[in-house]
Amino acid sequence: MDLLDIIGPVMIGPSSSHTAGAVRLGRVGRLVLGEEPRKAKIFLHGSFKETYRGHGTDRAIIAGLLGFDTSDPRIRESLKIAKERGLNYEFLLIDLPEAHPNTAYMELWGETSIARVTGSSIGGGAVLITDINGYPVNISAKYPTIIVPHNDQPGAVAKVTSVLAWHGINIARMSVARQKKGAEALMVIETDQPVDDETFKEIKRLPGITGGFTIPPL
Amino acid sequence: MYLESVEQLIKIAKENGQTLGRMALILEAKDREVPEEHLLNIMRERLQVMRAAVTEGLQGNRSVGGLVGGQALKYQAWYNSGKSLASGVFGKAITYALAVSEANASMGLIVAAPTAGSAGVIPGVLLSIMEEYEIPEEKVIEGLYAAGAVGLVIAFKASLSGAQGGCQAECGSAAAMAAVAATELLGGSPEQAAHAGAIALKGMLGLVCDPVAGLVEVPCVKRNVSAAVQALAAVDLALAGITSAIPLDEVIGAMGEIGRELPISLKETAQGGLAATPTGKALAQKIFGRKEEKNGENN
Ligand code: SF4
Repeated sequence: MDLLDIIGPVMIGPSSSHTAGAVRLGRVGRLVLGEEPRKAKIFLHGSFKETYRGHGTDRAIIAGLLGFDTSDPRIRESLKIAKERGLNYEFLLIDLPEAHPNTAYMELWGETSIARVTGSSIGGGAVLITDINGYPVNISAKYPTIIVPHNDQPGAVAKVTSVLAWHGINIARMSVARQKKGAEALMVIETDQPVDDETFKEIKRLPGITGGFTIPPL
Repeated sequence: MYLESVEQLIKIAKENGQTLGRMALILEAKDREVPEEHLLNIMRERLQVMRAAVTEGLQGNRSVGGLVGGQALKYQAWYNSGKSLASGVFGKAITYALAVSEANASMGLIVAAPTAGSAGVIPGVLLSIMEEYEIPEEKVIEGLYAAGAVGLVIAFKASLSGAQGGCQAECGSAAAMAAVAATELLGGSPEQAAHAGAIALKGMLGLVCDPVAGLVEVPCVKRNVSAAVQALAAVDLALAGITSAIPLDEVIGAMGEIGRELPISLKETAQGGLAATPTGKALAQKIFGRKEEKNGENN
């Protein structure tokens, strides 16, 4: 625990888990999509499903999809702003087996891409992203995180980590998720220092790397 | 900063001839390797957010769930009429605690202190004392560091979350944190401040978390008032030289124990207590029975 998290954070109410955490889930969704979302289907599970209107969880997730942070007063008006910006959204209720009570599964469409993200608001505004585009992951968005899809072949991980090392970026945690052997896999790397744009471009140019995006600490 | 007990902070503060608030600030700055000025500025901003939340709460906005709103405004009018039972700091603290809690419930900007649900307690106590006794802003900022340090100990020994420890962990902790800070603002010694914290928290022990419909509205908004008043009474007792038989650190330990023993139905699950009353259930039904909303053309 940190003293500035005890008298803090500054946030839009009413609930750190149902409002602030929900904004963060939306923001991760936007970052994964990597562009302005045009259409969103948001499936709510558990306590999110039961109480989302009373806590403003719907406005919070949409606010995150629009790129607002947890202290942005526009969260209150986010449903209206979504309309103005041409984001069509829909909230649906779902039962996800064994998921945390505050879980949302988002299907997102932009002009050129589609993203699917599942995440939970696990208390005090913290989140845990558990699935990105069908890959099981474990992302807290507390540290700078890079997510790199790559062809599942020997050497891919080593190439990425050596670029990071060369730029003096220390790895705090990393994992590789894949759907089946030899197909595309997803590298998730949490770092102590933020990965700057130039370094990230270098990583994306590596052979076998098929894309990638970063999630800053939210 | 790492802090295991309030006793430890009192000891260091006395060795250095500082208040608990100033000492907490100094230790925090050392720990983060930043100038004290930097931390003062961060907390100054948060104090401003607290003030703005009072103003916002006094607009009388309805909460998201629709169960609260306009109470701060109503009480302020009563207080200003001169007919209220509570005068001076007490009346102001009630007004401000209501206002910040209502701002929170209507998606206003607040400082979670220690949580969003209990965000009205510390501003209620500290802002009213600041105004009525013309305390300089810098002292109040230091007071927020004293409150934060007590919160750190509570997080270490017990819990600050209703889901883990019941409302004693949220509103109770806020009352203890506010009481310690306020005692120092009014010239009490570090020991007196700790006694005030202990007295305040003892009065909140066992308080369950039973929000109607699971929303941070009923009873949360009025519990912020209870906690603020509890804190002020404790400050007054401590300043009068009355002590707590059980020291603050041990009261905090007891709070953690009680929190563990509370049944899950009384820890934010909205399954027991007020949430399970016939009226509580009817209100929940009314709020969540509303029709689905969406925009756009897709189904
Ligand atoms: S009753 Fe529960 S939700 Fe409400 S303020 Fe207390 S701890 Fe928070």
